[in-house]
Amino acid sequence: MKIGLFIPCYIDQFYPGVGVASLELLEKLGCEVSFPLNQTCCGQPMANSGFEAMSKGCDKNFVKNFKGFDYIVAPSGSCVLHIKEHLHDEEDPRAAEQIRACVYELTEFLVDVLKVGSLQASFPFKVGLHTSCHGQRGLHLASMSELVAPAFSKPGTLLNMVKGIEVSRPKRVDECCGFGGTFCVFEEAVSVKMGKDRIGEHQDNEVEYITGVDTSCLMHLEGILRRQGSKIKTIHIAEILNSRL
Amino acid sequence: MSSLAKLTHAEAAEQFIADEPRTDWHDDTLWFVREKRDKAVNSIPEWEQLRQWASDIKYHGLSNMHQLLVDFEKNAIANCIEVHWAVDAKEHNELIYKIIQDNQIERIVKSKSMLTEECHLNEFLTEKGVEVVDTDLGERIVQFRKEAPSHIVLPAIHLKKQDVSETFHEHLGTEKGNNDPQYLTEAARGHLRDKFIASELAITGVNFAIAETGGFVVCTNEGNADMGAHAAKIHIACMGFEKIIPKAEHLAVFLRLLARSATGQPITTYSSHFSKPRAGQQMHLVIVDNGRSRQLGREEFRNSLKCIRCAACFNTCPVYRRSGGHSYHTAVAGPIGSILNPNLDMQANKDLPFASTLCGSCSNVCPVKINIHEQLYLWRQTITKEGLAPKTKTIAMWGMSEVLAHPAIYRLAGKMGRWVVKYLPFLTNNAMNPWFKQREMPQAPKESFRDWYLNNKQK
Repeated sequence: MKIGLFIPCYIDQFYPGVGVASLELLEKLGCEVSFPLNQTCCGQPMANSGFEAMSKGCDKNFVKNFKGFDYIVAPSGSCVLHIKEHLHDEEDPRAAEQIRACVYELTEFLVDVLKVGSLQASFPFKVGLHTSCHGQRGLHLASMSELVAPAFSKPGTLLNMVKGIEVSRPKRVDECCGFGGTFCVFEEAVSVKMGKDRIGEHQDNEVEYITGVDTSCLMHLEGILRRQGSKIKTIHIAEILNSRL
Repeated sequence: MSSLAKLTHAEAAEQFIADEPRTDWHDDTLWFVREKRDKAVNSIPEWEQLRQWASDIKYHGLSNMHQLLVDFEKNAIANCIEVHWAVDAKEHNELIYKIIQDNQIERIVKSKSMLTEECHLNEFLTEKGVEVVDTDLGERIVQFRKEAPSHIVLPAIHLKKQDVSETFHEHLGTEKGNNDPQYLTEAARGHLRDKFIASELAITGVNFAIAETGGFVVCTNEGNADMGAHAAKIHIACMGFEKIIPKAEHLAVFLRLLARSATGQPITTYSSHFSKPRAGQQMHLVIVDNGRSRQLGREEFRNSLKCIRCAACFNTCPVYRRSGGHSYHTAVAGPIGSILNPNLDMQANKDLPFASTLCGSCSNVCPVKINIHEQLYLWRQTITKEGLAPKTKTIAMWGMSEVLAHPAIYRLAGKMGRWVVKYLPFLTNNAMNPWFKQREMPQAPKESFRDWYLNNKQK
């Protein structure tokens, strides 16, 4: 089973620890993982801003880097959803189609493909789980509060395997944090207000960390937390699942 | 309203949020409605099946619109309803004005109709010197204040009881500073009763028009549509053509969905079935296009016409709850408004599809399963293709796409970016950077993941 590790651009540049944790975690679970060296971005920033046509260069580069893997795994629900829904390559449509079918968000891959039943992880802290929208409503990583359907959570299932952890959920269990890609700057006021409100609910639960499957949401929340001088830290779920504290 | 009309959603939202306690109150109030909705829908095990049926019935209707409208008109005329067709808002308003003039009407009441808001009927008639009294309590409040409704189901949801008290003191002579909801409602009730009794003509909306019977259904919680229609000698009902459903039995699906989605009630207090005028009464029905056939022709956006105006997408939208209805500068605000209004005027409403994080909650609560968040994404593409994106944004996006399409340039830019954040923080930590206004920049690590990988894994 050949796995291609997709590390989204902003994780590569600003949160390398998330990439390291994802890679180490997959290797610990016996996967053969390689990191294609010329990968950049999934193209979502342009596409979600209305410039889908400008993401063709990213698409082409993505296909070039990730063609031929059995699975492509990334520690980001949002970037994976974008690839799944929007990756196209006019010169190599079959490769693009194959990539769309085998790209997985990390926790989805652990639960659905590797069928992980236990983890050697320990994280003795109070952690608030932020449910990122694209992973949840797009990739169905967790049940959605709007629907009349049985409850489940793939990230939650994995966190429950971690020793010593105490997981809490905010009152509004799956409200958006307000990051929203370029929304975070073009609708700055609403974006920050949404983030502050999410943080407030985690504060009420007296968490030490806020975690989730998307570093983009966490980066936004981290920016607000640091400005507030809060003691709460953000941490990607891969870093918890890979921890041995 | 007039000052906000010139602002984009982002600008108006920033003004709204400047009063943070009031924003919190607005957010909590609407979230409370969302929670009521959740409670109501979870009592129906077949809820998701109902949504699918409603969506399918509406899709059938949109696919067979021509025949359904022909059948409906034939059956309505057979019931002695006078049917009028209006191609746009102007024709809709003129048709209604003509009925008013022909019958020398002076006293008019109107229950809630978002179509008449969309067509700006009140403004049109006021200019002609005709006064219309809105009889929905929320609409009457905003009418007194010369504001637009900020929500299609709860038109005055942006106002607190203190605001209502001041408005009623000014317009109805209620006691100054008396904020008791019971007292204020009694005052409105007395005021509106007089208007109903005196009215000669009642305008209502239409929730569902039934092709097989030629009748229509109007849903209200206040009974004000009925009070108006039963007291006046002329009833004019106004509908967008998409309100049509094939059969009366389909109401069994829609009436179960509508009020649960809107307010969490099992059913609207009044679901009134109008089939024909009573003896001596005139009943008119105005069927309006106003851009709907253009939307029907846009394959990607066609499904937006399934909307039954429940406003569940408003109540669940984290952006709407924190920016208020007026920031959408249109008759229908919220997520559904953001996919309907670009069709009405793309230039004027080009900001609306961007007033969303694309979180997808709107699509999940929609009782007719409109893929709202996907259509928001598609409108963004359409607006950009039409050349309506701001120049600076286009240039920034082009630059970004060039960097990200070329791995070597990307790596260089990333390295430079991290270096700048670390050593020249004033270049990013300043007022020009909207991120930095209320958020710290991410801390720059010493190496990228790729650098780490090359140093640790490829040796």
